Amino acid sequence: MKLFESELKVVNIGLESFRQGLNDSGVKSVQVQFKPPLVADAALFAKAAKHGARIAKANAKAMERILAAKPALVGMGVALDVIPGMRKDLILHAGPPITWDRMCGPMRGGIMCALMYEGLAKTPAEAEKLAASGKIKYEPCHEHNAVGPMAGIISASMPVFIIKNEEHGNLAYATQNEGLGKVLRYGAYGPEVIERLKWMEKVLYPTLKAAIESLGRIDLKTMVAQALHMGDEVHNRNRAGTSLFYRAIAPAVIKTCKDPETAAKSLEFINGNDHFFLNLSMALSKASLDAGREVKDSSVVVVMARNGTDFGVQLSGAGGRWFTGPAAVPDALYFPGYTKADANPDIGDSAITETNGLGGFAIAAAPAIVQFVGGTAADALSYTLAMYGITAAESNIYKIPALDFRGTPTGIDVIKVAKSGILPFIDTGVAHKNPGVGQVGAGVLSAPPEPFAKAFEYFAKNLK
Amino acid sequence: MIKTVIKKGAYFDSVSLMQVAKKLNAVPGVLDSAVVMATKENKGIIKASGLLTPEIQQAGDSDLAIAVSARTQADLDAAFKAADELLNKKPAASAGGAARKAAGLDEAVKMLDGANLAVISVAGRFAGSLAADCLEKGLHVMLFSDNVPVETEVELKKAAAKKGLLVMGPDCGTAIINGAPIAFANSVRRGNVGVVAASGTGAQEVTALVSNEGAGISQCIGTGGRDVKAEVGALTFIQALKMLASDTGTEVILLVSKPPAPEVMKKIAAEVKKIKKPVVAVLLGGAITEKIKDDFYPAKTLEEAAYKAACLGKGLKIGKAKELIYDMNLKAEALAKKEAARKKHSSCLRGLFSGGTFVSEAQVILPELIGAVKSNAPLDKKNKLADSMKLSGHAVIDLGEDEFTVGRPHPMIDFALRNKMIVSEAARSEVSVLLLDLVLGYGSNLKPLDDILPPLAAAFKRNKELSIVVSVTGTETDPQVRSRVVKALEAAGVLVMPSNAGACRLAGEIIRLGNRK
Repeated sequence: MKLFESELKVVNIGLESFRQGLNDSGVKSVQVQFKPPLVADAALFAKAAKHGARIAKANAKAMERILAAKPALVGMGVALDVIPGMRKDLILHAGPPITWDRMCGPMRGGIMCALMYEGLAKTPAEAEKLAASGKIKYEPCHEHNAVGPMAGIISASMPVFIIKNEEHGNLAYATQNEGLGKVLRYGAYGPEVIERLKWMEKVLYPTLKAAIESLGRIDLKTMVAQALHMGDEVHNRNRAGTSLFYRAIAPAVIKTCKDPETAAKSLEFINGNDHFFLNLSMALSKASLDAGREVKDSSVVVVMARNGTDFGVQLSGAGGRWFTGPAAVPDALYFPGYTKADANPDIGDSAITETNGLGGFAIAAAPAIVQFVGGTAADALSYTLAMYGITAAESNIYKIPALDFRGTPTGIDVIKVAKSGILPFIDTGVAHKNPGVGQVGAGVLSAPPEPFAKAFEYFAKNLK
Repeated sequence: MIKTVIKKGAYFDSVSLMQVAKKLNAVPGVLDSAVVMATKENKGIIKASGLLTPEIQQAGDSDLAIAVSARTQADLDAAFKAADELLNKKPAASAGGAARKAAGLDEAVKMLDGANLAVISVAGRFAGSLAADCLEKGLHVMLFSDNVPVETEVELKKAAAKKGLLVMGPDCGTAIINGAPIAFANSVRRGNVGVVAASGTGAQEVTALVSNEGAGISQCIGTGGRDVKAEVGALTFIQALKMLASDTGTEVILLVSKPPAPEVMKKIAAEVKKIKKPVVAVLLGGAITEKIKDDFYPAKTLEEAAYKAACLGKGLKIGKAKELIYDMNLKAEALAKKEAARKKHSSCLRGLFSGGTFVSEAQVILPELIGAVKSNAPLDKKNKLADSMKLSGHAVIDLGEDEFTVGRPHPMIDFALRNKMIVSEAARSEVSVLLLDLVLGYGSNLKPLDDILPPLAAAFKRNKELSIVVSVTGTETDPQVRSRVVKALEAAGVLVMPSNAGACRLAGEIIRLGNRK
């Protein structure tokens, strides 16, 4: 009842013109950018609210595990040997499960490339036939503790990084990043692509493996924390992360590699690819989020991933169930000669970074790429600040200088997303829709509403 | 044709350059463009687009290369001019805190420490749960939105009462809290008159009149029209009365409503009885016969109520209010005589209102002067217009009724429909007087003159006998400035009155005198 004795301060939700009278009277007000909830059924929100205390406790437990995770790079291995459930006839891909007939161009191209790389096919035509024959099986990386950028293709002989969550013991896997231009992850399958992959397998892999073994482990968590202070958000900008990794690995490479030429080439390869660190930041995110799985009654999102056709979400409290909806085309800046008409819908497991409070959620830490989000540093801050409205916690280690070192918004709460209508904000590279062309731009987008609406409905309906 | 420009040693980050290229491609006549640092990689990328000119091939890593392919030389020139502008663009002011919008309620309350009132004007189907969230966060709520189910209204109001919070609305158009106008409200003096209003237009009229009379408003609490119906039982109305009763800034209390349900009226009367401050009340279309308490002053019109409250507020005798009205009437009568003298053929009054409460007030005042008045919002069902678009005899229309507002902004903001009717009604030879309201203040049309003067001129042109009577609800400190509006209307030949009741009396008197001849 103290309204009349207090200074009036107004939250205005709806017509912005109502603020004029307040401004003219010197009353402080804030405008809310109202968005309708994703789900119309108010009873489901009421049910979630009724069990609110239990959900909050579950989310706190999930977040405690996710934030306590200590991901470190502990080694490398060949996919077939180290990834659980990996087989020679199995190809892992980005995003939720998908059949060959529904796959987008870049994913098909990536698979064709992998089949030729594995020696299972000699020509693109042969590879396409085999891919569609039913003899090759496809499963999401995420169902094998792995993540892959863009098409996210992992085949049996590919070398992978092994990231260990030293706090809880779980492992995560990711391939070595190929660089920009015509590369498998963007669906390119020309001879030069396969040649590079072979070089990465025969030369780069043993070099890095030996170096990592000599170091024992590389602490990725503090590396990402530092990269954020150096202008990365470790999704669309990995320049600082790559530099830090280079500093860590270079002396070990020099020490362990017997051939100076090989050492130089390997280091040059890392040095020449600003996104080399991306696969590591993804695997770090995967290792952290997997620790938060299987917490009963938790509405925290542990996976956001796209296969170029569908966008998929998994919840901590909903087991391995995927909730999917159509993936959207990012709002992007395109390389010369390309337009939105060339772009493939959003693709890749890299949204695992956003799920872990990085990438678009940490864009306020990356002023160098604010052009993607409207051009000003204030815009970037706005995007990060908006994400605090849909997250369950703030990072204890990934901090944003421009926000006075506030922890990044971490742990998307599907209830908050469904209720507020605020969708997770993702920044990403853009693939050409045809296989073999490669990257055509980079940009940002909001996650599509359907997967979150479905996830919330399932979650609320199954609350007991 | 393709043109290339190399800017030596001009560094831009690649994303800025992509942005420039994106905008260049939108320049008419531009087929394609490349704006890149001339690195080896970039040369490779633009090769595919056919823009790798010999100049770019020779440029180096630290050179900016711009190549544009366009239809004509003029298109090329335009594109390069645009490129220069884009590249030299001044950076926007960074990291503005206050101007930023909150992405949701959570963020809003974090951004505005000590926030205590939420004003909600989103679509009705979202408003209820939003209001519940606001209450949860400890905010008082003004619910401007309508189409909120009555059960939701009751739930919200009960939940609010438990927390000592106020829910104004749903469908609450007007409030003034701690001197600040909220939603559709006028800039009024601060003073000692506290208002509880179940009608938005009614609240605007009484607060503006009190203020213009030299008294002032402590608080004006809107309740929403449905609050005084039996289903809701005046939950907010009673709470507001209690708040004003204990508010040290409030010395006089003014109540505005349509007649409440009888059992609700009993509850209100019981509450009023407990208040140790003078209470003035107007229940438009309903008389208060009960003697509630000694210092309880019923009023028949908004004007009477406002003037009574103003007199009490200024410490004057209550009888002074009647004098004010009497003086106004004297002037009106002289005007009416002059107008009536011009009438030869016309005899009908048409009232076109943007404020619903004014339509009720018109029906309280006009019948005594001119007999039965039809309406789309009749106080008495037998006066219901068969067709709101076809007016006959004396008629007053509420343009804020749902039948007119579907898919359209409120008539206080968007004059288009009423403007059309002003002209079409004026064109009817039987129409003698057009009676209009013009509500100023925040929320309303900020340039009312621009919109209303042309149809008024057209109306006079079409009907030589026509009188147009307008009440202007507002104050000098409103963004539209009342005196400026009044002056322009008078210059256009309009008869302007300070209150709607006054305008109704003048309009009625013109008809009465004209028909007596």
